[in-house]
Amino acid sequence: MSTFKKTTLALALAGATLATTAQANEVEVLHWWTSGGEARAANVLKELMEAEGYGWQDFAVAGGGGETAMTVLKSRAMSGNPPSAAQIKGPEIQEWGELGLLGDLNGVAEVEGWDELLPEVVADIMRHDGQYVAVPVNVHRVNWLWANPEVLEAAGVEMPTSLDELFEAGEAIREAGFVPLAHGGQAWQDATVFESVVLGGQGSEFYQQALVELDPEALGGEQMVAALEDFKRMRELMDEGMSGRDWNVATAMVIEGVAGFQLMGDWAKGEFTAAGLTAGEDYLCAAAPGTEDAFTFNIDSLAMFRVTDDEEREAQEALARLVLEPTFQEAFNLAKGSIPARPDLDMSEFDSCAQQSLADFQRTAEEGGLVPSMAHGMAVRADVQGAIFDVVTNYFNDADMPAEEAAERMVSAAEAASF
Amino acid sequence: MRDSLPMKNTSATPLGAGAKRSTSSGGLQAWLPRLVLAPSVAISLFFVYGFMLWTFVLSLTSSRMLPSYDFVGFGQYARLMANERWWVASTNLMIFGVLFVVVCLVIGSLLAILLDQKIRQEGALRTIYLYPMALSFIVTGVVWKWLLNPQLGIQAMVQSWGFESFRFDWIVDPDMAIYTLVIAAVWQASGFVMALFLAGLRGIDDSIIKAAQLDGASLPRIYWRVVMPCLRPVVFSAVMILAHIAIKSFDLVVALTGGGPGYATDLPATFMYAHAFTRAQIGLGSASAMLMLGGVLAILIPYLYSELRSRKHG
Repeated sequence: MSTFKKTTLALALAGATLATTAQANEVEVLHWWTSGGEARAANVLKELMEAEGYGWQDFAVAGGGGETAMTVLKSRAMSGNPPSAAQIKGPEIQEWGELGLLGDLNGVAEVEGWDELLPEVVADIMRHDGQYVAVPVNVHRVNWLWANPEVLEAAGVEMPTSLDELFEAGEAIREAGFVPLAHGGQAWQDATVFESVVLGGQGSEFYQQALVELDPEALGGEQMVAALEDFKRMRELMDEGMSGRDWNVATAMVIEGVAGFQLMGDWAKGEFTAAGLTAGEDYLCAAAPGTEDAFTFNIDSLAMFRVTDDEEREAQEALARLVLEPTFQEAFNLAKGSIPARPDLDMSEFDSCAQQSLADFQRTAEEGGLVPSMAHGMAVRADVQGAIFDVVTNYFNDADMPAEEAAERMVSAAEAASF
Repeated sequence: MRDSLPMKNTSATPLGAGAKRSTSSGGLQAWLPRLVLAPSVAISLFFVYGFMLWTFVLSLTSSRMLPSYDFVGFGQYARLMANERWWVASTNLMIFGVLFVVVCLVIGSLLAILLDQKIRQEGALRTIYLYPMALSFIVTGVVWKWLLNPQLGIQAMVQSWGFESFRFDWIVDPDMAIYTLVIAAVWQASGFVMALFLAGLRGIDDSIIKAAQLDGASLPRIYWRVVMPCLRPVVFSAVMILAHIAIKSFDLVVALTGGGPGYATDLPATFMYAHAFTRAQIGLGSASAMLMLGGVLAILIPYLYSELRSRKHG
């Protein structure tokens, strides 16, 4: 136990030391864009800030899902020294807003016309109590299926468009001597696959009811049982060594032609790009099987903490403005694999996957099917999300647990997590 | 400097030294140790006991992302008791703790007895067994993670030798994964236990053993009936040290299994970290931390009690 005390203390002390070195016209940005493609993407923003004469103090905290970064952020906030901007997203923006720690960006938002610029669903997430407190950086689509065309050819299969087709294709790929589905056995990756299976097998309306609104009837119902059974079958497509593997290592398996498919959000594209591959030729992308008419979004955003110093505030507003400017939106999203948060950009520079992603984003926003990603903290609060993760990952790894029991646990997880 | 001190001591008469102490520096000499110790006492009072108290206070609140002081009594403890993952973590700690302590003791004492047979190259062998202790649990965890990975490690190696049916995939099996923690932890700590026992064995008077030999006792019998009873204090300290390593285990789990598969290898420490820091449930996390503290005290208090009592007897 004393180890944790020491760690927390060390973090708090480290935070205090860092904060004193921050200068007035500088922004300190806490983020977790640390893997190859992501780090290059973050660097674009740094260069833009420096070109305008502002300082950029990078506060990158490694760890894929940002868990470590959030821990650091909390200790910084508790010690009264939050950074000027931090990568916070989804319902968490509201939680920080409720604590009264976020500063408002209404000034920039009005000048730049964010209300017209941003799609309503995106703007809603960025506002707390009607005030803009965060700026969207990009829109990720989570329900993607990535594939290595050489592996598919060797196995004689096409890109699957339904879960049944995926299982058939998987069998053929296994027989051809490849791993059908690259996966890493970490709770959030299990949940990523799970939500795509729910969406693919049961549709976006059910997804909305069960995983966003947490309707107990949907969570414990027959459709959930069916989805859980499909989810368990995905295990047959994975390899034994997946335990604890990081997502980018799993992506590398597809890049190297060891595995055929991967179900992962479009940040995986950053890895394909970093390996020098071209979309549509060297690797394929398609909506996760059965989810062509749905779009699970994961929007990265930078929330701004309240600052008192005028110069620091000016730097903060410049950061917010630059983030939404076409130069950065294009450069960042090209490097990271996501699509711009503003839909009015020229997409000709983007690859076929991103173009399809943007088209689907606009289509699902109008027709329905645009849903927040549960696995990536866009749908429910962190405690409920954690409780659902526990059920999903436990069920997935326990060969003996029947789907009915997992569905029941899902209901109690959604209830028990709230206090 | 080091040479001058004893010279001074020898030149001064005992009487003179005593007189000097009582006259010139009486007040300062009495206060100096307290002054020097005061900062560290204050720091540990605040950072250890103060934070313990704060954690207890937080465990009685509904704190979520950041601490709040909305008191809910023992509600968080009730939630903890109803949480299935907490029970998995506690059961795991029992399995891991008991096996880790027992296996380390058995292997450590056997190694010590074998090394004690006046063999050649004892120093080199002793170093080899003791070296794992020099590694951090993170390194041990990563190394064993690779060794135990069915596609990279032991299983893949034996299969490549032609034993196709060989299976050693505990790390991906939720029922067996907790035992992989035991393997890695035992590998690391048994050398240390061996060193403790070896020191104990060297402290035993040879004449007792010779007397037993004269009486015609066999070697195993001498060790079992004569030597081991003499080593009781060593066993006791070894158990204490191992038990607290077991309860504190966090880094090993994070590096070796990440708590997986699922949360099959979760321990109270990782449970507490996950809830307090990543799931915005500081109240629940604090409650679990208090229960862990209770567990540590349950081991520590009998230890302190027996330590103090035996000193009084001595």
